[in-house]
Amino acid sequence: MAMNPTRKRRLTIVVVVAIAAALAISLGVYALQQNMNYLFTPSQVQSGQATQYKTFRLGGMVKAGSIQRSKDSLQVTFTVVDAGGAMPVEYTGILPDLFRDNQSVIATGHMDGARFVATEVLAKHDETYMPKELKDAMAKAHADKKIEEEGNGERGAGGG
Amino acid sequence: MTPELGQLALVLAFLLAIAQGVLPLIGAWRGNRALMAVARPAAAGQAVFVAMAFGILAWAFLHFDFSVQYVADNSNLTLPWYYRIAAVWGAHEGSLLLWILILNVWTVALAALSHKLPEVFAARVLGVMGLVAIGFLAFIIFTSDPFGRLLPMPANGADLNPVLQDPGMTFHPPVLYMGYVGFSVAFAFSIAALLGGEVEQAWVRWARPWTNAAWGFLTLGIVAGSWWAYAELGWGGWWFWDPVENASFMPWLIGAALIHAQAITEKRGGLRAWTLLLSIFAFSFSLLGTFLVRSGVLTSVHAFASDPRRGVFILIFMAIVVGGSLLLYALRAPKVTGGRPFQIISRETALLIGNLMFAVAAAMVMLGTLFPLIGDALHLGRISVGPPYFGLLFPLLMAPVVLLLPFGPFLHWGKADGGALKQVALRAGIAAAACAIVAAFFVQGQLKAIAGVAAAVWIAVGVLLYALKRWRELPRGRRYPAEMAGMLLAHLGVAVFVIGVLLSESLSVTHDVRLAPGQHEVIAGYDFRFDGVHRTTGPNWRADQGVVTVSRDGRTVAVMHPQKRTYAREQVQTESAVDAGVFRDLYVALGEPMDANNIEGAWALRLYYKPFIRWIWGGGLLMMLGGFVCAGDRRFRIKRIAAEAAFPPIEPQPQESPA
Repeated sequence: MAMNPTRKRRLTIVVVVAIAAALAISLGVYALQQNMNYLFTPSQVQSGQATQYKTFRLGGMVKAGSIQRSKDSLQVTFTVVDAGGAMPVEYTGILPDLFRDNQSVIATGHMDGARFVATEVLAKHDETYMPKELKDAMAKAHADKKIEEEGNGERGAGGG
Repeated sequence: MTPELGQLALVLAFLLAIAQGVLPLIGAWRGNRALMAVARPAAAGQAVFVAMAFGILAWAFLHFDFSVQYVADNSNLTLPWYYRIAAVWGAHEGSLLLWILILNVWTVALAALSHKLPEVFAARVLGVMGLVAIGFLAFIIFTSDPFGRLLPMPANGADLNPVLQDPGMTFHPPVLYMGYVGFSVAFAFSIAALLGGEVEQAWVRWARPWTNAAWGFLTLGIVAGSWWAYAELGWGGWWFWDPVENASFMPWLIGAALIHAQAITEKRGGLRAWTLLLSIFAFSFSLLGTFLVRSGVLTSVHAFASDPRRGVFILIFMAIVVGGSLLLYALRAPKVTGGRPFQIISRETALLIGNLMFAVAAAMVMLGTLFPLIGDALHLGRISVGPPYFGLLFPLLMAPVVLLLPFGPFLHWGKADGGALKQVALRAGIAAAACAIVAAFFVQGQLKAIAGVAAAVWIAVGVLLYALKRWRELPRGRRYPAEMAGMLLAHLGVAVFVIGVLLSESLSVTHDVRLAPGQHEVIAGYDFRFDGVHRTTGPNWRADQGVVTVSRDGRTVAVMHPQKRTYAREQVQTESAVDAGVFRDLYVALGEPMDANNIEGAWALRLYYKPFIRWIWGGGLLMMLGGFVCAGDRRFRIKRIAAEAAFPPIEPQPQESPA
């Protein structure tokens, strides 16, 4: 069956759109794969769950008294803990406003030996707020242990 | 005035919304004029009661009525009066009240300006607006009562979240909502058209200014939010691909596509079904935005209280609105096709490619934003999608839009002449290349910056060439009607925006430094001298205030006072200091003292040099202006459409006006 011009044009459009769609989808999937960051708690990292990821997010509480500043640079080290594990973290730069002892934080970075080198540190948004995903991750990691929260810990939902 | 009156007002508004949502639609179906006539008074009455409820809540804030839970949660005795008013929409319940108030503003405007539409069609449009109002009023009344009592009444309230205590934040939500909710007009129009099974070009012409105005407001809201994030969050960034930013960006993208699709439908009669679909999606994305922000399913700066009931309610509401309208679309859309054919090289094709790119970009943003939810549902673990995903894909998707933009206005409807296009391409191309080469010497060979200059010049020259062509070829008075001027402004805004983004992204200098009083740091030729930190206080905060003196070539450029504020509940908030300029911003944010007990010693400071960053917002404001100017075109103010003409779908009339 010979193709009339209208059919031919329609076919061209369909082929072009299909190629464009395939290209867009594969590019999208690639970009998504490259930029997915998983969240782990220190005990999950220590049990080896994070070994296959170069960059991931580490979530937990800042251990009281663990924040150590360098004398002459912006380097700071602290320990992130959950109920079953602890992980030393190194970071160079300015910490968020709400960063302090016993604060829940999420750090993005990679492992360097036994130490986590963070490129970004986020603290929870105000004192009544704990990132939901972090709460869930911690609850999942320690379903049987009660998460201790000291001082100005959670006071229920609310805040901004 | 007691808060219970507010509750009562909301219930009355709800009842009127039911009247407005149900009766006119039955009337339009049955041809009962009395029922159709209910729409306008019901809408007006609803607006009065909602405004009353809003006023009562504002009054409670102004008079420190801490017996109202919401007031006690979001204000205290030291909060200045202007932030007490802003606190009305500072959290979940009140911001919903603002949403419904704005919906009523749009509905009343619609009721007042739709007299010239056929009675049946106007009744359907207002009826659909009523149905939307029913959903939101039910949401407020059943899950998010802003007037709930707190007994015994506390002596003082908590506080408005300090990040919201900023001028940018006081008007960002209302303006953003004007945009979000404004798309409900296009949505109502679309549903009304589908219910009637016909789309007339004249009705699309009538809907266009509403869409343009809504889009203009949305643009302004996003610009305000971006400016606030830059000034207030202390990270110096202007866009973070945060879920809630994305939530406002998706309807913006669809809205931009819709504006152009409506132009095709109005002028040529084509793409009717696509225009209707985009109208549905623009509003659906506005609802999705509300869902993302209000349900707290995604971790974000904006996520308010997460009450699962609320999330479920919005989810069901969304399922009804999106599912119902798409079902209606599937049933009725085949009836509304029409329009004149067009060749491959034509304005329709260019607009269509732009439309597809905007739609795909919106889908891409949605995938990245919702992926954590998908991953969670499929038990893939706790995933977040990093900004580089968006940063890679978005420019790629927008590149064809930028490339095509200069040609759009030059292309004729239906079938265009290739010769004129070559000329435009040649001129804009030469100008872009020349400017890129000159720029290369100034930006140390930074490819991103060079590309930014080239792209911006390409667009700007294309826009100016077209403006020039009209100047030469048309008589005075017909050169730049508002619709045309709006388009030129908005497209010029794209050029300004592109140059702002790419230059500030590639040429910014950021230094995180540790400085003791008297120490210097030089970035980009500016000498920042840290003169120490002292204590200061404001109406409801105390702060450590730094003094940074910036000089260049020995002359003082600016003395900056970045602050670290502490609010009532010991919430700490960074107030960065910005020295603004057309070509560069200097930006200082105070980090923390190196020794927590000695604020007079060394501090961590974040110093920025940000060239052209203001052009980003400038470009956004030009786009907004374009939207508003376009909406003001007199051509859109239709004469009365004869009621009998409403029934047989009229064949597209030939029209040769451009754009």
